[in-house]
Amino acid sequence: MNLLYKALNLSGSEKLGRILTTGAAAIAIISTITIVFFISSKGLSTFLVNGVSVKDFLFSTHWLPDRLPEEGGPQVGVLVFIFGSLTVSLLAVLLSAPLSVACAVFIAEIAPNWGQRVLQPAIEILAGIPSVVYGYIGLSVLVPFIRNNIGGLGFSVLAGFLVLSVMILPTIVSISTDTLRALPGEWKEAAYALGATRWQAIRMVLLPAARSGIMTGIVLGLARAFGEALAVQMVIGNTRKIPGSILDPVITLTSAITMDMGNTPMGSLWNNSLWSMGLLLLIMSFFFIVMIRFIALKGGAAR
Amino acid sequence: MLKKSRLMAIAVLCLAALIVLAGCGGGKQAPDNKARQLSGNVTAVGSTAIQPLAEQAATQFMAKNPGVKVVVQGGGSGVGLTQVAQGAADIGNSDIFAEEKSGIDAAQLVDHQVAVVGMAAVINPAIKIDNLTRQQLVDIFTGKITNWSGVGGADQKIVLVNRPKASGTRATFKKYALGGAEEANGIEEDSSGTVRKIIKETPGAIGYLALSYLDNSVKAVSLDGVAPTKDNIVTGKYPVWAYMHCYTKEKPSGAVDAFLNYMMSDDVQKNIVPQLGYIPGTDMKIVRDASGNIKNK
Repeated sequence: MNLLYKALNLSGSEKLGRILTTGAAAIAIISTITIVFFISSKGLSTFLVNGVSVKDFLFSTHWLPDRLPEEGGPQVGVLVFIFGSLTVSLLAVLLSAPLSVACAVFIAEIAPNWGQRVLQPAIEILAGIPSVVYGYIGLSVLVPFIRNNIGGLGFSVLAGFLVLSVMILPTIVSISTDTLRALPGEWKEAAYALGATRWQAIRMVLLPAARSGIMTGIVLGLARAFGEALAVQMVIGNTRKIPGSILDPVITLTSAITMDMGNTPMGSLWNNSLWSMGLLLLIMSFFFIVMIRFIALKGGAAR
Repeated sequence: MLKKSRLMAIAVLCLAALIVLAGCGGGKQAPDNKARQLSGNVTAVGSTAIQPLAEQAATQFMAKNPGVKVVVQGGGSGVGLTQVAQGAADIGNSDIFAEEKSGIDAAQLVDHQVAVVGMAAVINPAIKIDNLTRQQLVDIFTGKITNWSGVGGADQKIVLVNRPKASGTRATFKKYALGGAEEANGIEEDSSGTVRKIIKETPGAIGYLALSYLDNSVKAVSLDGVAPTKDNIVTGKYPVWAYMHCYTKEKPSGAVDAFLNYMMSDDVQKNIVPQLGYIPGTDMKIVRDASGNIKNK
């Protein structure tokens, strides 16, 4: 390695370091820009080329892209998919957030040694399990369990958000733990000095102080839940209808895209409207990023 | 310092490798017909229903013609048709006629029908029904009948399991089994394997599968008293079947032509095709065109 290095006559080159890092940064920026441009140009053609109105696209529940014009088609309303995505991911966050914050408190405050040695690696393993494996477990274990013990078909909103809540747990836990650890030790000591018990110190001093970090974790978890496709698709049943209860099957934006993408020709309205759904997901993730920035800014100012 | 310089060198190498790799993707060699021995590249993209057949045929073809490299990819019928129409792939696999997909200029594509696959309504094995009339099937799939007692079965809710609207299997089933009636909303899965798993495990479930996916875990029902068997399909008694198309842009030549010929040879038609549960195109006693008109061969 060293020989090659000398052969290339690169030793001590300041310029090289600069070129390398600038090059890497440029690749990151260029890929972001090109991806955004590509999705936008594809996604917008539903409205610009095929002439579907944005209102019909977002607020209609009629998904009939294969219907002939004589029969009143084609119609591409995606409200059902948006509703499904929002329901499943919000429910997942509602379940996962309290659980994750409690885990983070346990790791950072209650049992720092044991928590760090055992619980944190365990949660990191959760983060490393591929989503298809989560989906397969959900399909083979959770879906039959729900069908036999709770009712319905098993393929349901319930199965979807249970799988998702486990998947986003590591995200929220690790960010919350880091935030709690980063708090100045004096704050806790000051709370103890004023006579607070450990639980009081955690509840009234540490958690409020870590609020912005915890919120960032929750929003990141929500973003992951919103964008997850495979695991959710395997357990929610993908029925293109607004669910009446959490035991009914449902469909999300991501699963609606994966179901149809392979069999629709590029450039057709059907295919374009799938890209528009992708654009919608992209806009949602922009929104989540802006939200995180905003929370971080506010949290910083409060200190 | 030494460590740092090593790191730097590794980084340089990685970047270089990246650039070299990125460069590789673009080039696609044109088939070279000059050599006496057949050589060149063939890419076949599209329908996942044809993929196992094309892959096995490709493996045997490459063993016989070492100069040719055949790459078979899935992606779906829409992808296959788009790619071949754009010239990005040599062969576009589809389980429906190009004329049936909107957005594809079928006139510039040449159709090669390599096999036929039958499709059947499939139910959970616990349901005590072996035959459905066409009207019963339509009523079940359009949501008019929602309980098995409505067609002479036990008092049990019917659970519909569909493929996605864009799927070729669904299009064929809708056209030839349901007479074009619009299916009601039900569970949707984008792979036939998952559909089979769900029908097997869910009480009261009904769906449809290509005969190549049938096994003992689910039950295929007869339509108007005609069982979905090979004999009934080749004679035209059982109507729910589809051609497996390999489309090329214009008339094929060189390695592509040789591969398509091999697909039609006895090696493939008499061995691989029946093994995989498909019906050889040569066995068909009838022909059907894109609009569904049937003629005797």
